[in-house]
Amino acid sequence: MQVAQPVVGVLALQGAFAAHELALAEAGARPTQVRTPADLARVDALVMPGGESTTMSKLLETSGLFDEIKARLSEGMPVFGTCAGMILLATDVRDGRPDQRSFGAIDIAVQRNGYGRQVDSFETDIHVEGEDVPFHAVFIRAPKVVSVGPAVEVLAVHEDVPVLACQGAVMVASFHPELAGDARLHHRFLHHHLRRG
Amino acid sequence: MSEQPSAPRATGTVQVKRGLAEMLKGGVIMDVVNAEQAKIAEDAGACAVMALERVPADIRRDGGVARMSDPEMIEGIKAAVTIPVMAKARIGHFVEAQILQALGVDYVDESEVLTPADETHHIDKFAFTVPFVCGATNLGEALRRISEGACMIRSKGEAGTGNIVEADRHLRNIIGDIRKITQADQAELFQWAKQLQAPLPLVQEIAETGWLQVPLFCAGGIATPADAALAMQLGAEAVFVGSGIFKSDDPSPRAKAIVEATTHFRDADILAKVSRGLGAPMTGIGMDEINQRYAERGW
Repeated sequence: MQVAQPVVGVLALQGAFAAHELALAEAGARPTQVRTPADLARVDALVMPGGESTTMSKLLETSGLFDEIKARLSEGMPVFGTCAGMILLATDVRDGRPDQRSFGAIDIAVQRNGYGRQVDSFETDIHVEGEDVPFHAVFIRAPKVVSVGPAVEVLAVHEDVPVLACQGAVMVASFHPELAGDARLHHRFLHHHLRRG
Repeated sequence: MSEQPSAPRATGTVQVKRGLAEMLKGGVIMDVVNAEQAKIAEDAGACAVMALERVPADIRRDGGVARMSDPEMIEGIKAAVTIPVMAKARIGHFVEAQILQALGVDYVDESEVLTPADETHHIDKFAFTVPFVCGATNLGEALRRISEGACMIRSKGEAGTGNIVEADRHLRNIIGDIRKITQADQAELFQWAKQLQAPLPLVQEIAETGWLQVPLFCAGGIATPADAALAMQLGAEAVFVGSGIFKSDDPSPRAKAIVEATTHFRDADILAKVSRGLGAPMTGIGMDEINQRYAERGW
């Protein structure tokens, strides 16, 4: 799938979707908001933003998007999930609500709010595999990766915990690259994953 | 992976504080007075809850001094839900805010709905790790709160009335002036800063970016899914619903409908669908029937 200017959807049910749109545009994509199955049908790839995963999980059901996204993921649609988006893509969610569903698209276990409450939220610099300049990472009530499967490639760690990882066309971050004013990870998503898909 | 030591964590920074407000965008923050209501709110899809002792409609009815809630009640709500928990401190009451921070609440609302503790000074919000949201009726008030460290602004509306008219007025005040400032030349920006009684650098920043430095949410008077969508179409980035849910006939379906309406705020077909069969909304009151306007509190 060689697309000159790929159309990248940003799941816009709730959360930091506007900031992702800005970063995607800077990285050379054409971002569009996805709230319905009709919106999803128009996109080549999808970003799942930060926000409240419980809220998004409910709105995925009521909007009819859950099954549609699940089907697109099984066809290999590239997806980049940050924070709550990472929770939605994980195979194993700890401390979630019992009715919370996830797509199980990347073989990781995550603990919701694993880094604590808002007073524990923090920013720091991380080293990303293949990047010479550190990336500034903002963690907001972030989920913590507690284990990764053998097929998962870890791209960055902080305090011995994976914070950026990928498996096939699925990329996840426990922090918020969309808040950093640095589109390198969005660029990486578009170029490594979208073209591979 | 190359083995390098991890860089240290920086907590309580402006970016970290504003970051949580970014995460709440497109969502509904619901007022709750106990753990049971908090669960109903979370089940309905609230992106956060606001813990308080009485909803504004009851504060309005009962009168007296309205204060920060009992820590035990806030802890009960924190234990009941996994979503962020906010709580209110009185305007200028920095000790209530210190207590709320010690309790580990995720956001403090320095709120005009409670009885002000100081009629000149707001809280120095830079002194805290916990982020603050403050109300505003116009752009000058919003920028004064931002200059004191607020990381989210909510238009005040008139809490506890179930009447959207004041929220509409305040959103139009704030966003209308932002639009005008983006058209102003440098000489006019000096005048804008004077007129708004706001710091010039903040006014200049708005002229450049075309938007407020922090997210702008709407509060005060939302009672129906259509009210929430109206606030969003006017330019609010998320909504607070206070009395509108738990003072209605059937809170749970109404809460769910308001969540859906806030997400699909431009889709009239979805709005029509979710607005059906919700039972009676809170009765509401006209502005000429009230003798205390909370929106006038704040300086």
